[in-house]
Amino acid sequence: MTPAATTFHVPHRASQRRVTGEPPFVRRALIGVALVFLSLFLFIPLISVFAQAFAKGVGFYFHTLNDPMAWSAIKLTLYAAAIAVPLNCVFGVCAAWAIAKFDFRGKNILLTLIDLPFSVSPVIAGLIYVLVFGAQGWLGLYMNADNPKFPWLANWLNDHNFKIIFAVPGIVLATIFVTFPFVARELIPLMQAQGRNEEEAARVLGASGWQTFWRVTLPNIKWGLIYGVILCNARAMGEFGAVSVVSGKIRGQTNTIPLHIEALYDDYNFTGAFAVASLLALLALVTLGIKTWVEHQQAKQEQTEIVQ
Amino acid sequence: MANERIKARKIRVLPGFKLTLGFTLFYLGLIVLIPLAAVFWKATSLTWPQFWHTITMPTAMASYRLTFGASLLAALVNAFFGLIVAWVLVRYNFFGKKIIDALVDLPFALPTAVAGITLATLYSKNGWIGHWLEPLGIKVANTQIGIFIALTFIGLPFIVRTVQPILEDLDPELEEAASSLGANRWQVFWRVIFPMLTPALLTGFALAFARALGEYGSVIFIAGNIPMKTQITPVIIMGELDMFDYGKATAIAVVMLVFSFVLLLTINVLQWWTNRYNTNNLA
Repeated sequence: MTPAATTFHVPHRASQRRVTGEPPFVRRALIGVALVFLSLFLFIPLISVFAQAFAKGVGFYFHTLNDPMAWSAIKLTLYAAAIAVPLNCVFGVCAAWAIAKFDFRGKNILLTLIDLPFSVSPVIAGLIYVLVFGAQGWLGLYMNADNPKFPWLANWLNDHNFKIIFAVPGIVLATIFVTFPFVARELIPLMQAQGRNEEEAARVLGASGWQTFWRVTLPNIKWGLIYGVILCNARAMGEFGAVSVVSGKIRGQTNTIPLHIEALYDDYNFTGAFAVASLLALLALVTLGIKTWVEHQQAKQEQTEIVQ
Repeated sequence: MANERIKARKIRVLPGFKLTLGFTLFYLGLIVLIPLAAVFWKATSLTWPQFWHTITMPTAMASYRLTFGASLLAALVNAFFGLIVAWVLVRYNFFGKKIIDALVDLPFALPTAVAGITLATLYSKNGWIGHWLEPLGIKVANTQIGIFIALTFIGLPFIVRTVQPILEDLDPELEEAASSLGANRWQVFWRVIFPMLTPALLTGFALAFARALGEYGSVIFIAGNIPMKTQITPVIIMGELDMFDYGKATAIAVVMLVFSFVLLLTINVLQWWTNRYNTNNLA
């Protein structure tokens, strides 16, 4: 900010090293403490997932993954994520557009409400859908088999064997709930920081609303959007608590990958559980890889903007 | 009148306000607010004595103490080590720093069930870490120590990631001024740097604590489900759900939700404080 700082850049840095550094033994000790702590809580667990997965050899590993139950769990997980992630992505873009580009009353309350799913325990996230759609819940009250309030709707649902709780729709809903804030949270601060000047200029120059969004806003928020989507996806595929409440855990039907891992583990098939878990651990590593790459791209974009 | 006209003109430059805000509110209501309201609606089906009896039953009380205590301890341990990790990552150079920096987020990205079975296996009697602790008489699996370890894992990135950016933006001139006025390195840290990190540290602490309170997946495998001893509150709720006692499950869920909301409010205030500190520094 101050012009003087750039003029004295070189001597300033040199003096900083001498006056405000720690002695080498303190530095080494601190690095040592940090590495021991991280090894104990991050590196060893991460390595052990893969070590346990291959404990009975490569053959057993692929045998576990080739199991029809494992396949059905993988398919269900992909299915739930394929619905939850795009929906939350559209929501995130809409919420960020409304909040960042316009002024209205109650904005802070809206921001807090968007964050709400993060502070709700996954078990409660599952419970709320049981209370809405379950047999003893709101929907159950109206669909009561003996005395339905809407007989035609109850009949239609029965005819089509349509269930929400202990079925796939419940799993999808719970997944949407727990991943609700991810994209919005990433985009809102980003778009607020970028302001509305560029979009207003595009409009004044005759661009339509859609053109403004596609050609001006989207390129600006591209990296933030990817960042939000991959984090949202990682959580969607890995969610355990909320999904386990609403799923009913019918093997081959309503088990997602994390629930399948639990089932294998409860059967004392530890190697099998870790084999399936290694898929999700790999997903986590890929997510972190993309995330680091995106952060790098974002920093590069900011740098070129400053130069321009 | 004049005020209204200015407002209208402001909104009209960019399109889509009604559409996007409308969809945002609709989706928020449908997915989050209405289902959450169902908890409080269901809770009203209990009478007050029933409700009180449920939330104060011995297993529930034990679970509150355990959840609260273990979460608090885990967040404190993370605050201490997280500060050191953030410090080391910002200030020093060492081999593999970039990879380590990226891996700090692992607990965010790794599904809780995977973390759960991994920690349970590592700390079991024959596990990689457990078999070193067994001769010392320390049991981790199926004890409260195990819960503390799982919650520490889950909360690890919060403090590092809230402190790291503040530490990066810290103006070196302040430290230089302090040391040129005769402060030693420890005094500079304790009197100059630490006060500036306090809001971020508290925010990270509160975030880690909030996350730990509701955590389920990573805890259940290592905790072992022993009544009165290793049952955290979400496990109590799950137990009631397995017995299809939705009333009891809801009553305990209400207690947890109230705690979470109070904590969310605290975090918002803390974040506002952190940001204010930041902008003050820049100015």
